[in-house]
Amino acid sequence: MSMIRFVASDGLPGLAASLAKSGRRVLVPVEKPAASKPSVVFAPWEPGIAMTLAKATVPPKDAVLPECETLMTFRKSRDPADLNQTTVELDPVEAARPTVVFACRPCDARGFAALDKPFLEGVYADPYYRARREALTVVSLTCATGCETCFCHWVGGGPTSPVGSDVLITEIEGGYVLQAVTPRGEELLGATDLADGAEKFPLAEAARKAAWASLVPAPDLKDAAASLRAVFDDAAFWEAETARCLSCGACTYFCPTCYCFNITDEGEPESPCGGKRLRSWDNCMSSRYTREASGHNPRPHKFQRMRNRVSHKFWTYPENWGSFLCSGCGRCIANCPVCLDIRAIVLDAVAAARGRAGA
Amino acid sequence: MPVLEGKELRIVGFLCNWCSYGGADTAGVARAGQPTDLRVIRVPCTGRVDPLFIVKALLEGADGVLVSGCHPRDCHYAVGNFYARRRLEVVREFLPVLGIDQRRFAYTWVSASEGQRWQEVVQKFTAEIHALGPAPRLEDAKPLLRLADMALSSLHPLGTGQKAPLDELKAAIRAKLPELECVIGWQQGYDAAHVVPLFMKTPEDVDKLVWGPLNVNNPAVYLPQFKGKKVGVVVKGCDARSIAELLQERLISREDVSIFSIPCEGVLDMARVNAELGRYTKIDSVSMDEAGVSITADGREHRFCMTECAQGKCYGCTTPGAVIADQRFGAPVKVTPAAHTPPELAMLDAMSLEERMGFWKAQMERCLRCYACRNACPMCVCRDHCISDSREPHWMSQADSARDKLFFQAIHALHLAGRCTGCGECQRACPLGIPILALRQQIARAVGNLFDGYKAGIDPAAVPPLLTYAVDETHIHEREWK
Repeated sequence: MSMIRFVASDGLPGLAASLAKSGRRVLVPVEKPAASKPSVVFAPWEPGIAMTLAKATVPPKDAVLPECETLMTFRKSRDPADLNQTTVELDPVEAARPTVVFACRPCDARGFAALDKPFLEGVYADPYYRARREALTVVSLTCATGCETCFCHWVGGGPTSPVGSDVLITEIEGGYVLQAVTPRGEELLGATDLADGAEKFPLAEAARKAAWASLVPAPDLKDAAASLRAVFDDAAFWEAETARCLSCGACTYFCPTCYCFNITDEGEPESPCGGKRLRSWDNCMSSRYTREASGHNPRPHKFQRMRNRVSHKFWTYPENWGSFLCSGCGRCIANCPVCLDIRAIVLDAVAAARGRAGA
Repeated sequence: MPVLEGKELRIVGFLCNWCSYGGADTAGVARAGQPTDLRVIRVPCTGRVDPLFIVKALLEGADGVLVSGCHPRDCHYAVGNFYARRRLEVVREFLPVLGIDQRRFAYTWVSASEGQRWQEVVQKFTAEIHALGPAPRLEDAKPLLRLADMALSSLHPLGTGQKAPLDELKAAIRAKLPELECVIGWQQGYDAAHVVPLFMKTPEDVDKLVWGPLNVNNPAVYLPQFKGKKVGVVVKGCDARSIAELLQERLISREDVSIFSIPCEGVLDMARVNAELGRYTKIDSVSMDEAGVSITADGREHRFCMTECAQGKCYGCTTPGAVIADQRFGAPVKVTPAAHTPPELAMLDAMSLEERMGFWKAQMERCLRCYACRNACPMCVCRDHCISDSREPHWMSQADSARDKLFFQAIHALHLAGRCTGCGECQRACPLGIPILALRQQIARAVGNLFDGYKAGIDPAAVPPLLTYAVDETHIHEREWK
């Protein structure tokens, strides 16, 4: 039996505070009140912060893959005696700080699991990612209900899925049951002074069952990869599906599983300030994303870019890594200025492929 | 330099090669002593000074910016400084909304022979900047979060368009469809409470067309991509203004576009609708009456009155009917003109400069640079060639500071000077609800004040004010350095 703890209804901010005491960075969802629409973002816990348990507008991907990070700084100097002799100094990056992502949702946690594969399990492991990932503990709050734009259960997850999480929090009457699902989670919970919650665990299990019961039945996506392959060269299909797309980056930047990045050198290596190598999020919806040095662009049209996005998530990534590159959080639908629906595109592709096979 | 450490401020000067740079040289040759705070950048003409140079200098730590060129009527390129004068006035009026004191920016005219005048200009401007002290930095500003007051009265009755003759409109579209590539309108989105753009190509597609306060998207954003093809578009009043502006700038051709219009009674602020609906699994029903919309989600009914939940832009709208259309349907909506300040702008007006800087810092910190604002803007027509993506020159840093993000918003707003019709799509598209429309509204207000109440996208034949000039400007009074 895994480690189970219980905390009263008002106890989660206190728990976040106690986790932060040991010098960890504890990222909690915070509501930004003065916005024209409610937005919830993850921010480091500090006393008095407006912590909320609502699903965040922006996933906590930033904890392992920051929007922008400095990979290294460099400075170039010349030997005053021989100006042809230059030396380049490279400064190493700072070590990753122990971090807890607190009260994210199972779809966010699944996002970390999806990022792990290309960053850690490929031919080369990304050292920057690995340092942050190894210092990360994920504490997820299971969802009590489904949601119109959510489809986690279509892609192998679910409102109570433990994939990617170290601790699962489930709300029951009068408080929350915390269940450690990995050794790292046990270590985290073991170090707290929370009461044992084993006898309350059946209540949590009942709440989790109720969450699953609230979901609309999921369609079968086992043919998604083959279908996307079949309709890949059907330009008319993709043009119709993406007609209203504005080619902005909302779907990728708000996605917990999108991981493309760009590397830019900025600054002057020979100045006293030096230069720095920045890694920042990139966006496959942008035409510059695929523009080659020659000026040639293999994906000049927006339908080709969206085709790439959907195909990567439901065809090529699954081919390489065995699962969808989508955790079904639905942020790409909810945050899209034109509500472009990736679920509808995948289902239409399945239907179109079936139509072709039948014809 | 160490002698002056702490005593010297940083002033950036953009000097025209033909007059002011020569004037500064004349001053130097004449041994006319000047403060050393000014750093001179030589430009071919003041017409070359892009407003973003000024904003970038000020955001990145300059304490003052001075632009100087040939006297009007004396430009080496005949009219470069006439254009510059309009642009520089607009940027001067824009700076305060960012929280930057507009006295930190000045422009003047100094000819190559006026060495003594150059000395006076530098001495006077440097003294003014020293009186203001070092410029406050965005990095040091105290974050401030404040929400616009949305309790507003509107200039025309707000409603849900229940009497709109949708069937008549559909019949007209079906009749016209064979001549057109497609007709752009609206259809239901992922559920009945959300409406998305529709591209009608067949008569069956026309059946999907909907009309009402959920039609928030501006279909004009798609028109430039169809250039050279015949397309139809169904418009609200604000959408028609975008089309008029596209025509003013010749980005689309009048004969290519067929415009179908129904007077608009207002659209819902989907941000507030979604906030009220919260997390739900299913929409049970959406019903509308004259006064508002009732949405039932998971068995709970939510009521949205148009007078309370319309978008900020709708309250001050003076063009509910299309300014330009080929076929009009439905009765016009009566407008009672009155002075109106948009809610977000009113909120910023009530703040001090320091508070505004703190406000933008707090707002821009959560921007992810997805550029939904840019791509949803019908006037952002550079599309795949945006300055934000340019590597050569590298205008925008990849660093993710609030300052860099605000800089992009300033560029966007300045590129819309005299062009923005206030459709509000930038702000609506922002997934994080950053009230960026206020920056565009401030520019639109400045343009109105400077150019006889000019409004973009009203008259398709009018020349946008920053694409032209007047030798003697009515509202621009050149500053004298006496």
